Formats: sequence, structure tokens, C-alpha cells
Amino acid sequence: MKILVGYKRVVDYNVRVQVKPDGSGVATEGVKLSANPFDDIALEEALRLREQGVAEEVVIVGIGPADLTAHLRNGLAMGANRAIHVTTDAPLQPLTAARTFLKLIEKEEPGLVILGKQAIDDDANQTGQMLAALWGRPQATFASKLSVGDGKATVTREVDAGLETIEAELPAVVTTDLRLNEPRFIKLPDIMKAKSKPIDAIDFDSLGVTSGDHLTTTHYAPPPKRSKGVMVNDAAELIDALKQKGLL
Amino acid sequence: MSKILVIAEHLDGALNPATARCVAAAKVVGGDIDVLVLAEQAGEVANQAAKLDGVSRVLTVERAENAHLLAATAAPQIAKAAEGYSHVFGASTTSGKDLMPRVAALLGVAQVSDIMSVESSHSFTRPIYAGNAIITVEAPADQTVVATVRTASWPAVGNADNAAPAEALSVDAELPSHTRFVELKQDKSDRPDLQSAPRVISGGRGVGSKENFEIIFKLADKLNAGVGASRAAVDAGYVPNDMQVGQTGKIIAPELYMAFGISGAIQHLTGIKDAGTIVAINKDADAPIFEIADIGLVGDLFKVIPELEAALG
Ligand SMILES: Cc1cc2nc3c(=O)[nH]c(=O)nc-3n(C[C@H](O)[C@H](O)[C@H](O)COP(=O)(O)OP(=O)(O)OC[C@H]3O[C@@H](n4cnc5c(N)ncnc54)[C@H](O)[C@@H]3O)c2cc1C
Ligand SMILES: Cc1cc2nc3c(=O)[nH]c(=O)nc-3n(C[C@H](O)[C@H](O)[C@H](O)COP(=O)(O)OP(=O)(O)OC[C@H]3O[C@@H](n4cnc5c(N)ncnc54)[C@H](O)[C@@H]3O)c2cc1C
Repeated sequence: MKILVGYKRVVDYNVRVQVKPDGSGVATEGVKLSANPFDDIALEEALRLREQGVAEEVVIVGIGPADLTAHLRNGLAMGANRAIHVTTDAPLQPLTAARTFLKLIEKEEPGLVILGKQAIDDDANQTGQMLAALWGRPQATFASKLSVGDGKATVTREVDAGLETIEAELPAVVTTDLRLNEPRFIKLPDIMKAKSKPIDAIDFDSLGVTSGDHLTTTHYAPPPKRSKGVMVNDAAELIDALKQKGLL
Repeated sequence: MSKILVIAEHLDGALNPATARCVAAAKVVGGDIDVLVLAEQAGEVANQAAKLDGVSRVLTVERAENAHLLAATAAPQIAKAAEGYSHVFGASTTSGKDLMPRVAALLGVAQVSDIMSVESSHSFTRPIYAGNAIITVEAPADQTVVATVRTASWPAVGNADNAAPAEALSVDAELPSHTRFVELKQDKSDRPDLQSAPRVISGGRGVGSKENFEIIFKLADKLNAGVGASRAAVDAGYVPNDMQVGQTGKIIAPELYMAFGISGAIQHLTGIKDAGTIVAINKDADAPIFEIADIGLVGDLFKVIPELEAALG
């Protein structure tokens, strides 16, 4: 079985992004970029399935500009067999990303597609679900446990009410939650090895994807600030302060 | 005029309060608001939905496949039911987040995630980058707007004087059998629900262990509060996943939020930004949570909590 993994590059989670003063966007020039944490988890899970003998090949997919190569090399160093780089300078909205994945699926015919539950830049939390819909296949989102066998995936999902388990016939789309696994660290020799692994570059325009970028962002604003509060010295003062606010 | 379909969220015959928050957002858009209940037996849930202020009609689809709602089977029904509507809204709960993008894709439209405010019928604000930026997005006027509503931004609508009429809807949608429900493990507790409780007490890594977390629960019970946690506390196994508050957990807006032994990482803070009053108790005076706390107390939680309990009597 082949597993396709979404491997998006985003602004590192430690960066506190700032909105540009003119409201035209967020300042992303020169900030640290990293793999979307949920995609590292997706890749780790795929690698484990390969190590268990469930899958033979793990292919990572990145959609983005030419300089995405270094990021994809990291995924290859982590252990992916090869990478597909769909090249485009325009940021795509989830529906377009999902349509792009569908085109790749038609070519690659994976048994399983693992994406992050959300990319931490746009926090859209849509691509996996949209892809599953367009593909007409099952979706198992927010996975915290995954086992694959007998042509199906059994997935435990983190939901508001607790933990839900569902069964999905393969092929299927799984999206990862934080507690699915802890991604491995890349070792130096693996970085060397990754240099010889293939990255297939495909021009986005050559895929014939109909754009689903229907939304227009008209303004960016910083979040409303909470004003700095007061410090109290002990439990008694705390209770007084709460009483004053009518909270106790 | 807008015609809005709100997808009811429910479990065990109870309408989730998140649905009343969705209706609140729909009311700002304006127009007719219909609530769609997919269930095996919709009666009880439909009754609760019919009472919500602003609701014009409740539509029910009763099918055996709807006993446990799965996105794969619910989405085709909603996509069919959505015909003639200008908007389809669901809550940004895990259930809504799972379901709505599938509906949007079936309709071939984009989804607006996590609506914080309605600027006009086709313009909304939503957070990105863990709430570090708020964007205004515009959806095309000639497409159905599919959106999830960030529940923490919207107070629930109350009940109306007269119940809205309910109608059974038959949707002619073929439902796939490739996805099956196996089980739902719930941590049953009598405590107020984390997502709707007016008071929430949270513990972080500083609490130190599962056993120690008992003191958080005890204080919460004294204050009749819901209980939350940081990701670190959940990862360490102190408490179950459904208690995680933050960017990738639950976004909450209680009147009072008290954080014990939580440092205040941006991913955690994004989940509590809308809280009325944030209280932080941390032994490190430099903990970032003090930058946003309304009331801060530098101290050892194991000393402060017993003192609070004693003072509360
Ligand atoms: C510099 C920059 C500027 C941007 N400006 C805008 C803007 O002006 N307006 C706007 O609407 N958006 C903008 N975006 C965001 C971009 O449009 C989002 O990538 C897109 O909307 C997809 O949303 P998401 O990643 O949050 O989707 P999600 O649904 O949250 O993503 C879930 C998963 O899908 C997969 N996936 C999604 N996209 C990719 C990808 N490109 N490559 C590989 N896997 C992927 C990953 O596995 C990911 O974990 C910008 C992004 C960047 C980096
Ligand atoms: C992609 C991504 C998503 C994330 N999503 C979330 C999320 O949704 N929610 C979330 O919470 N986190 C999330 N995180 C994790 C987040 O970055 C932090 O790691 C986490 O919030 C830290 O939890 P904490 O404050 O409990 O632990 P720590 O940062 O370790 O802080 C513990 C605090 O306890 C204090 N302390 C210790 N002992 C005592 C004592 N006896 N009395 C008083 N104070 C004491 C310490 O001074 C310290 O400030 C996410 C991270 C990533 C990368």
C-alpha cells in the first residue's frame, strides 16, 4: 500500500505573527518556517505503518513555491520515500488544495491519505474533509489512534464528548490530532541520504485544477488586546477581588 | 433576503448549546432561519430547537443511518437539504468541523471557518494564526455560504414565546456504507460542561500528576465550575483529551477562568481570549499568562488552593 501525506510548510508555532500596520496582511518575511506540526505527526504515522509492514511507500506532498524543496528534504530525511512538489506561488485555499490532492490521488492511487487536522497558519481545518468528499471516500478526522488491516482503518477520534472510534474502508482520508504520536527527530546521516531521494516537481497549472479560491480576504487586524490586570498577594485578596467583580 | 439552514448538533436526545450560538450568528445575518435535525428519532431534539428564539422552522430527517452522525453519511443529506438556502451554518465543535467542510466540498463552495462576527450577509471575521490575526473574508454572493460558527464569540439565543413549527423532510440522497460508527467513550461527569460553564477552573503541567489534579476538581466543585486543562496536562495523562483548552482543543468563553500552574503559551491563550475575567495562579512571576490575566497571584498552587477553599467555606 502507498500512503500519501500532506506536508505543508507554515510559520513556526513559536513565532508570534504580527499584522502589518496597514491591515494588508501578516508580516511573514524572514520569520522561521517549519513543517505544520500536524503534518509531522501525519508523516510519523505513515512511517510507522511502513515499519509495521502495512505500507510499502510513503509519499509526501507539498503545494507551494519553488523554495519548498528544503522543507520537503526534511520530510525525506524523516523517512519518506519520495516527495511530490506541486509548484505554485499563490497560496491556495482548502478547496483548491483538496482538488489538487485529488488529482495526485488519481495518479498515485494511494490506499491511505494522511493530512494534518489543521494547518496552524490558516487554522482552516478543512482540506482533509473536502478531499474525502470529492474522492467519495471515508474520512476519519482528529485521529489519536490508528490501526490499519483487513482493508480498513480503525480510528479513534478526539471529539468534544470524549473518544469516538470509527471504521473506515480503505482507501480513506485520515487527519491527525496531537496525541496520535510523537514525531521522530531527524538524524544527520538521514539528511545525507535524503539528498538522493526523488522530488517530483509538478507545475500546478499543468494539473488542470479548477480553482476553489472563492474567498477574498479584505482586511487583517490584530486581535483585540486584553488590558493588563492587577496582581494580588494572597488567597484572601484574590477572593476580595473576585467579589468586587461580582464573580463570587 | 437570506435563507439560513442551521445544522443542529445533538447527543443522546439533547440539543447541544452550540446550536443556540449558531442561531445567534444566523440572526445577525438576518432572514429565515431553519434548523435541520438529522437523527434516528428527531422528536426531542426538534422540540428543543423549535423553542430557540429566531428560528422559523425545524426540519427533521429521520433515518436509521442517523443514529450516530458521521460526516460521510450526514453531508450528502445536508447538501441536498441545502438547496434553496443562501447560508448553511454549523458550530465549530469537533462535530461541526468534521462535517461542514464535507458539505462545502459536495456543494463545490469554500467554507468560512470559525466566524467571530458577521459584517454583512457575505462578509465575516475569523481568526488565523492561533488568533494572532483576525481577518475579514468575503464569500461570493452567487454561492451558498457554508460556515462554522466560533461558539465562544456568540452568546446563545434564549427561548422564544412560541415554538417554531417542525416538518419532516425527505431527502433523496444515497448514503455510503464505507464508514461505520464503533463506539463513543465519554467521561461522564456531573460537572458543568466545559464549553458552556460560566466558571472554569483549569490546571496545567504545574499540577504535577493525575492524583494532584483532584484538588483542581475539588475546588471546581466548590465553585460549581467546569474543569479544563492545558495540552501539557492532557499529554502527561493527568486528565482526558476532552478537557484540553486552546487552539487545538476547546475554545471557551466563561465569565470566570482560573488557571493554576499554566504558563500561558499562545496556543493555550487563544482558547480563553473571550473569557470575562482571567485569573492566573503561577509560582513563576515571569510566566506569560500574567500578561493577559485580569487578576494574577504569584504563588504555589498547592498552598493557594487550600487557602481558597478554606476562605470559601
Ligand atoms: C505566506 C502565506 C500567505 C498566505 N496568504 C493568504 C491569504 O492572503 N488569504 C488566504 O485565504 N490564505 C492565505 N494563506 C493560507 C493558504 O491559503 C492556506 O494554506 C490555505 O487556505 C489552506 O488552508 P489550511 O492550510 O489552513 O488548510 P487546513 O485544512 O487547515 O489544512 C489541513 C491539512 O491539509 C494539508 N494541506 C493543506 N494545504 C497544503 C499544502 N499547500 N501543501 C501540503 N499539504 C497541504 C496539510 O496536510 C494540512 O495539515 C497564506 C499562506 C501563506 C503561507
Ligand atoms: C501545534 C500545537 C498546538 C497546541 N495546542 C495547544 C492547545 O490547544 N492547548 C494548550 O494548552 N496547549 C497547546 N499547545 C502546547 C503549548 O505550546 C504549551 O506547551 C502548553 O500549553 C503548556 O502547558 P502548561 O502551561 O500546562 O505547561 P508549562 O508550560 O510547562 O507550564 C507549567 C507552569 O506551571 C507553573 N508551576 C509549576 N508548579 C507550580 C506550582 N506548584 N504552583 C503554581 N505554578 C506552578 C510553572 O511556573 C509553569 O509556568 C500546542 C502546541 C503546538 C505545537
